[in-house]
Amino acid sequence: MTELLYGIAVAPFKDMAGSPAFFAEVLIGGVFAGLMYSLVALGFVLIFKASGVFNFAQGAMVLFAALTLVGLIERGVPVALALVLTTAVMVALAWVIERVVLRPLVNQEHIILFMATIGLTFFLEGFGEMVWGANVKKLDIGIPDRSFIVAGIQINQLELSAAVTSAVLVAVLAVFFQRTRIGRALRAVADDHEAALSIGIPLKTIWMIVWSVAGIVAIVAGIMWGAKSGVQFSLSLIALKSLPVLILGGFTSVPGAIVGGLIIGVGEKMGEVYWGPLVGGAIENWFAYVLALAFLLFRPQGLFGEKIIERV
Amino acid sequence: MIYREAGQFRTTYASDQAIFPIPQDRWFVVFAAVAAFVIPPLAANEYWLQAVLIPFLIYSLAAIGLNLLTGYAGQLSLGTGGFMAVGAYAAFKLTTALPQLNIVVVFLLSGLIAAGVGLVFGIPSLRIKGFYLAVATLAAQFFLLWLFNKVPWFVNYASSGTITAPNRSVLGVIVTGPNATAPVRYMTALALVVVGALVAKNLVRGRVGRSWMAIRDRDIAAEIIGVRPLRTKLLAFGISSFYCGVAGAELVFLYFGSAETLAFDITLSFLVLFMVIIGGLGSILGSFLGAAFIVLVPIFLTNAPRAMGLSLPVALQKQFELMVFGGLIIFFLIVEPHGLARLWQITKEKLRLWPFPH
Repeated sequence: MTELLYGIAVAPFKDMAGSPAFFAEVLIGGVFAGLMYSLVALGFVLIFKASGVFNFAQGAMVLFAALTLVGLIERGVPVALALVLTTAVMVALAWVIERVVLRPLVNQEHIILFMATIGLTFFLEGFGEMVWGANVKKLDIGIPDRSFIVAGIQINQLELSAAVTSAVLVAVLAVFFQRTRIGRALRAVADDHEAALSIGIPLKTIWMIVWSVAGIVAIVAGIMWGAKSGVQFSLSLIALKSLPVLILGGFTSVPGAIVGGLIIGVGEKMGEVYWGPLVGGAIENWFAYVLALAFLLFRPQGLFGEKIIERV
Repeated sequence: MIYREAGQFRTTYASDQAIFPIPQDRWFVVFAAVAAFVIPPLAANEYWLQAVLIPFLIYSLAAIGLNLLTGYAGQLSLGTGGFMAVGAYAAFKLTTALPQLNIVVVFLLSGLIAAGVGLVFGIPSLRIKGFYLAVATLAAQFFLLWLFNKVPWFVNYASSGTITAPNRSVLGVIVTGPNATAPVRYMTALALVVVGALVAKNLVRGRVGRSWMAIRDRDIAAEIIGVRPLRTKLLAFGISSFYCGVAGAELVFLYFGSAETLAFDITLSFLVLFMVIIGGLGSILGSFLGAAFIVLVPIFLTNAPRAMGLSLPVALQKQFELMVFGGLIIFFLIVEPHGLARLWQITKEKLRLWPFPH
């Protein structure tokens, strides 16, 4: 028993203090992984904020975007053109989703819309693989999966560029939301649908824009994840991995998605490296959920979510 | 309509609150239940029993369980697969440790164990609501499957990591295991689901069910009029997990024969949730309709291209199925968001007046 307690409460910290370089590596690995989760979570947040839809299909959209991009490149389309075409496909997809799925289901309960997005997940997974094939594809974006060493700490080049990309994307989105006309309209819709409608903001256009932006975020996430682990079916499962990020940061907060991603990424890596061996490893599947759950018990709306005010 | 309710007056509260207030309905259900016990074992072939009817019954039971939690008590849960796994592994452990124990008792006990686990994972529901809760229940799903995968004790240290249903008999008839015939397994599943549905139907029209619905519709208002949220929500989680646990045990013992944790992964949770939503939230009949829909559609999709004379490659076929399945779900949600049960209700209303429109 004392041995177990020692293993939980003392030994990991001793390990951490014992080799600070390794600790820093784990930490940085966690930060990078966290930013990758944030990228996916960001797509969820954008859509949930603007339309109140918990879009489970975000993972499938990541897969679909990556499949389209790789499929185009494989067919000899130049990378830049392929990117433009993929963006066009995602915007078209957003338009179709708005027309076919969201519009007929307007004013339905949240759970119905949630279910519809799960149906959409199945559809996109089947459709994407039917068009582009199901075998694992390599996505080469010209950044080698190599590591270099700074101050005795190994840093993976690919992960670093992914982190930088996420940071840039978040900055661009922040400017888009705060400074542009459309961004203001988006925030108005997120605040109050009816009030936004009454001052003349076209709700349907806004929804289409939001889904398009989420689609573009999905492309970026698809490129990053695809370059890391190949474009394959399991890519759509990263949606499940980013859900804890979502509840931790709050469904409605963009900064929450980033901070949540960092906490989950670092927590997960730490848990896996220092505490995982105690219980036999492979804990990354549920550790993030338990971590998020622990946070939720103290803040039910997530770290940055809107305060839940309930009236009878 | 074949019958009319005109002239049927209810003169006591008891008759007004009966499960099936109209005698014709009552007789129809009794007749249907008897027919379900008699006709399929005699008439249906092995394929129909094994591939359609047995999974239909088992999934119906799981769907009833989830419907009690999500449809009646309003707590969205994505952990169904995990709770079903608890039932399955508990049944396996119980029946291998105590081989002489009646297998039906084993099913019920493993349901109780699943209920206990459900209670624990229901605790966050007191603080968290809606989608936050749904994601939190995913913790149950992943943690439980990881546990069953990691700890060899749960599979009796089998190197394959699978649990296998041993031969067990009730009243001299082999019910589970490789030697059990399909009709016997069908009858067992049917008996359990009939009892389960009856109990559920009674639960939801009584005090418990009404307090669930109060919590679902407006939890703060319910609290103010004296419904205790702690007890009510946990009770919903417990009873729902009991049903799911029994269904999970049945899934391995009466349907698959042997299984590993993969059989209970997140896909199963979604499948049961689909049954509940497509069937109709807050309807026991809907659970049956939804289960029938989800069991039949893939079979139909597999056979439809062949029947039309098309032969697709296996991979393409699989992707096509996935796509159409997803499309159908969206289609059904758009056509009738309140599910097949509501569709049936509307049909009944229409038939009542038919052939005269007024």
